[in-house]
Amino acid sequence: MRYLTPRKSAVGLGAAHEGTQHHWQMTVSAVALAILTPLFMITIACAIGLPRELVVAYFGRPLPALITGLFVIVGMVHFIKGTRIMIDDYCHGWTRKAAIILSAIFGWAVIAAAVYALVRMGLGAIIVL
Amino acid sequence: MADVNRGNRPLSPHLQVYRLPLAAVTSIMTRITGHALVAGIVLIVWWLVAAVASPGAFACADWVMRSWLGFIILTGSMWALWYHMLAGIRHLFYDAGYGLEIGQAERSSQALIAGSVLLAILTLIIFFLF
Repeated sequence: MRYLTPRKSAVGLGAAHEGTQHHWQMTVSAVALAILTPLFMITIACAIGLPRELVVAYFGRPLPALITGLFVIVGMVHFIKGTRIMIDDYCHGWTRKAAIILSAIFGWAVIAAAVYALVRMGLGAIIVL
Repeated sequence: MADVNRGNRPLSPHLQVYRLPLAAVTSIMTRITGHALVAGIVLIVWWLVAAVASPGAFACADWVMRSWLGFIILTGSMWALWYHMLAGIRHLFYDAGYGLEIGQAERSSQALIAGSVLLAILTLIIFFLF
């Protein structure tokens, strides 16, 4: 006798009701990052070694700013969801909760820092113009 | 005691001396590279924030970026990023149900290592040429 009702197996969400959502979000961000990764590498490679004024001017331009911003945001969201998988595998109980919270705080802090820097550089370029 | 066939039964794996297959190693490396990439992104974001903070802060971050430690972190991250990206693409194929046979996984693991090293060397060459 199967305990799983036909409706349950059709919905396919399992006991936790959210695993498929997490997996799908990882798939979407993975495809986005596969496109962004080469672009981001080129963007950063062009900026390394420049003096400060040129770095600020470079990231004030639309394409480097958009690529860097998108990569950091999508990348860190992918990171938060990715560490969640590892935390669920290796940590239990209170440690698990603390690790999930810390990973989310850290990830969003990195996003905020990058967006702040890019906005400052973008506005700087407008003021100079 | 029951009369069991002691010579012919399968042995349980001896966990201390068990050598991981290549597909298992490349799978674990996906997770390790993904988490290690934090070092590279933190260094780059620190450098970006320092550029808008002050000349002194930028001089400090830029010095770290260009030091041998920065070179190791950035070059390592660059390889890890290629590796994690190729492994992620392999995972998309796994999810779609392709490449799951042992022989296929073995071959894709070899391609993964070779491809990531090749792309990393290519990236370094292009970076130092231009």
